[in-house]
Amino acid sequence: MSHPLNHGGTETRRFNDFSEFSASPRLKRFLHWLLPLAFLILFFFFPLSRILSLTFSPVAFTAENLQIAYSALRFTFYQAFLSSLLTLLLGLPSAYLFAHYDFRGKPLLRALTAVPFMLPTVVVAASFNALYGQRGLINTILQFSSSLFPLSSFAQNIHPSSFILHPFLAILLAHVFYNTTIIIRIVGNALSSLDPRLEQTARSLGADSLRIWWNVTLPLLRPSLFAASLLVFLFDFTSFGVILLLGGSRFATLEVEIYLRVLKLPNLPLAALLSVIQLVCTLLFSLLYTRFAARGTQFNPRSVTIKPKSLRQKIFVTALSFLLTAFFLAPLSSLPIRSLFRLEADRGQRGEVQYGFTIDYYTELFVNRRGSVFYVPPIQAAFNSLAYASATVVLSLLFGFPAAFALAKPTRLEKVLDPLIMLPLGSSAVMLGLGFVLSFGAWLTSPLLVPFAHTLVALPFVIRALQPAIASIPERLRQAAASLGASPLEVWRNIDLPILRRATLSAATFAFTVSLGEFGATLLLSRPEYPTIPVAIERFLSQPGGLNYGQAMAMATLLMLLTLVSILLIERFRMPNSGEF
Amino acid sequence: MLEVHHLFKTYEGKPLLEGISFTVEEGETVCLLGASGSGKSTLLRIVAGLEESEGGFVSFNGIDLASTPPHLRDFGLVFQDYALFPHLNVYDNVAFGLRMRRMGQNEIAERVASSLKLVNLQEFGRRKVTDLSGGEQQRVALARALATRPRLLMFDEPLGALDRTLREELLNELRSILHQTKIPAIYVTHDQVEAFAIADRILILHDGKIVRDGTPSDVWANPVSAFVAGFLGLGKVFEGEVRENTRNGKWKVESGLGVFTVHCGHEHQTGEKVHLLARPLTAESEANVISGVVVDVIFQQDRFKVTFDNGLYVYLKDAPKVGERVEARVKMECLA
Repeated sequence: MSHPLNHGGTETRRFNDFSEFSASPRLKRFLHWLLPLAFLILFFFFPLSRILSLTFSPVAFTAENLQIAYSALRFTFYQAFLSSLLTLLLGLPSAYLFAHYDFRGKPLLRALTAVPFMLPTVVVAASFNALYGQRGLINTILQFSSSLFPLSSFAQNIHPSSFILHPFLAILLAHVFYNTTIIIRIVGNALSSLDPRLEQTARSLGADSLRIWWNVTLPLLRPSLFAASLLVFLFDFTSFGVILLLGGSRFATLEVEIYLRVLKLPNLPLAALLSVIQLVCTLLFSLLYTRFAARGTQFNPRSVTIKPKSLRQKIFVTALSFLLTAFFLAPLSSLPIRSLFRLEADRGQRGEVQYGFTIDYYTELFVNRRGSVFYVPPIQAAFNSLAYASATVVLSLLFGFPAAFALAKPTRLEKVLDPLIMLPLGSSAVMLGLGFVLSFGAWLTSPLLVPFAHTLVALPFVIRALQPAIASIPERLRQAAASLGASPLEVWRNIDLPILRRATLSAATFAFTVSLGEFGATLLLSRPEYPTIPVAIERFLSQPGGLNYGQAMAMATLLMLLTLVSILLIERFRMPNSGEF
Repeated sequence: MLEVHHLFKTYEGKPLLEGISFTVEEGETVCLLGASGSGKSTLLRIVAGLEESEGGFVSFNGIDLASTPPHLRDFGLVFQDYALFPHLNVYDNVAFGLRMRRMGQNEIAERVASSLKLVNLQEFGRRKVTDLSGGEQQRVALARALATRPRLLMFDEPLGALDRTLREELLNELRSILHQTKIPAIYVTHDQVEAFAIADRILILHDGKIVRDGTPSDVWANPVSAFVAGFLGLGKVFEGEVRENTRNGKWKVESGLGVFTVHCGHEHQTGEKVHLLARPLTAESEANVISGVVVDVIFQQDRFKVTFDNGLYVYLKDAPKVGERVEARVKMECLA
């Protein structure tokens, strides 16, 4: 040795690290996959097999079950189709608006339309309730004003002072509220990627605006139009929280029916049959979507946006941006407003009712009332949610990191495993809950199952957030670190982790948000004594009385704020170009 | 010092390294020269322990390194694309290896300062590596490798990404640093100018084997094989047939370019095929005179490279016209 190295004390440390390195590449792959696969097998594929075996047992295929399944399937298609149609109706002009015009407040409006997509279903449902429901802003204000002017009762006969949106319409509108952003993004991107010279050429060849739209623009947009519609349809098809909370069990889609057959009218074979039907449908739609999405154009903005000039353009831009602002802002703002104003008699209040500003709905969350919905102060639900969310973050990173590492350098093995990892995305949350109920019956009294269910939902997102970041680290950096004396563990700690800090934070926040808002699986799994925020909101909304309603609003407002903060954090940590949807 | 014994390696089913053996002695800079795809970088990674060989072994001071993972080998590595840690500044990059060795803060500061001084980047400690120029980044990479005072330094095309003048400048610095520190080094490149400038010994890698191993002047004077002569661009290589053994170790060889009498180290049979090298030399007592029609004239600083229609080329002081028939002197050598 030409240079005696004076770090003799570290020699023993260095020899301890041997075992990790003598591992062959194949063994390392295996070790990477060990935890994530074990998790998926135990918590996804095993429950799935229980559902499948129950489905294909004779008890499932009774005439009555098939009848129920058929009508649930029919109604699911019906509502999803109507919802998608309405979404297109609002989404297409909006996509055009954002792709073609430049106007004041455009980035803000665009962001506003994207907010609902990231909100938990219970928050959206509660927001719609806060605006259009029986105790919603519109209705209570109408009643309030009619109570102030009782003399106008004559007029009320002509214009009844009560406004409640029909639940089915509320469901459809909530779906539009949720998914319009998908149309705006996918179709809007395709629109702004169209080569303006094509339109100019068509015009020079004598085509008028209508024919250009029909013969040039529309055919070019078709793949992205199909892809966007299918994605919207897929989300509407599997919608659960919005339908249950705004419509109740009368509107029995597949999801709602599964929930009913697990908790309210127990018939597990039927629930299993329904969820298999559901899974097959979603997988088919996903396959179709992938085909269309692959055919869609790359986002490559070229056409320049213009300021509205002609009167027609000005009217279009003004009217549509006003409509969008109202449609998206009204529910989102009524929720906090409704949580802070007493507009009707609370339960148990007789006679004189205090109207106006109140923080009672929030302070009441800290009180453990006898005969209330819970055995614990409702705010406990928030602590439960935070605890579950933290556990979900830990678990999904624990399983997500090794899988993302393996997927970042795919071999043939990873090409097979990649779709398997993503499969939980295709199955609905209620189905995951059903699988847990069937598989871990003995554990259902424990609160431990919930974070695992949440991890199942969050894991695909976590992996998709980490994988490109890991793949972007040149292998040379790790080799350089190793040549400088860093053991594999030290390489991970000193190279991968610091570089992945942003992606990790983004993935963790994502997992946190998913867990906070998760409703379907939690509803089936959570114990009465361990409610989460979404479950608590559902309980409050299903109880009579203004106080319960107010508390639901307060809870939903809290959840909305938590989620919005998380979204902001994710946006800050997000790697540039790391995928949409 | 470093001994490499009969390394074998395949790449996608095809043999890449077929029994590579060589040694690196104390203070010696060995240059691995080969075309791209010849497996020289793979060879380097096997020595570093980043890749496993399928046969043979690497030892250092007589100790087999098979069970020593890369981070315990204490071999410094410098890559073509620098591989600086983007999340660390210059100081922290250079200090990285020292921290891995659990050194004290003061000692780290001292070592980092002396390493940065060695590469003329004294004032750069707090700079972000992403703000540096290519040459500066490569200096940081070099300082980072030097800071741990490794028992062997390995360079994988370290100057490949730099422009010509910068390359020459860094090459000179690198040579003096290697002489100063006396750290044995393996330097991988496909650029013969670089190789001849920096190497104490040159190994030429071809078809998975080392086809030539010698000092730069030895390799230059005796390329030994047609491949080496061609690869180094020593002159026009062409085939001929041995006709006759004239006395005093010379042979008469007939080729498409004429009959030449060449000096040859080994014995030949009449009728045997040999390769001849026509080395363009201006003044030489043993020169052969050839003539040809000029097809190309390239200006090269103080001379012109003149190529004939038969493929031979020479260097001339004055440029002839294209199409002119010219006589020129080359040195004919026999390659086995």
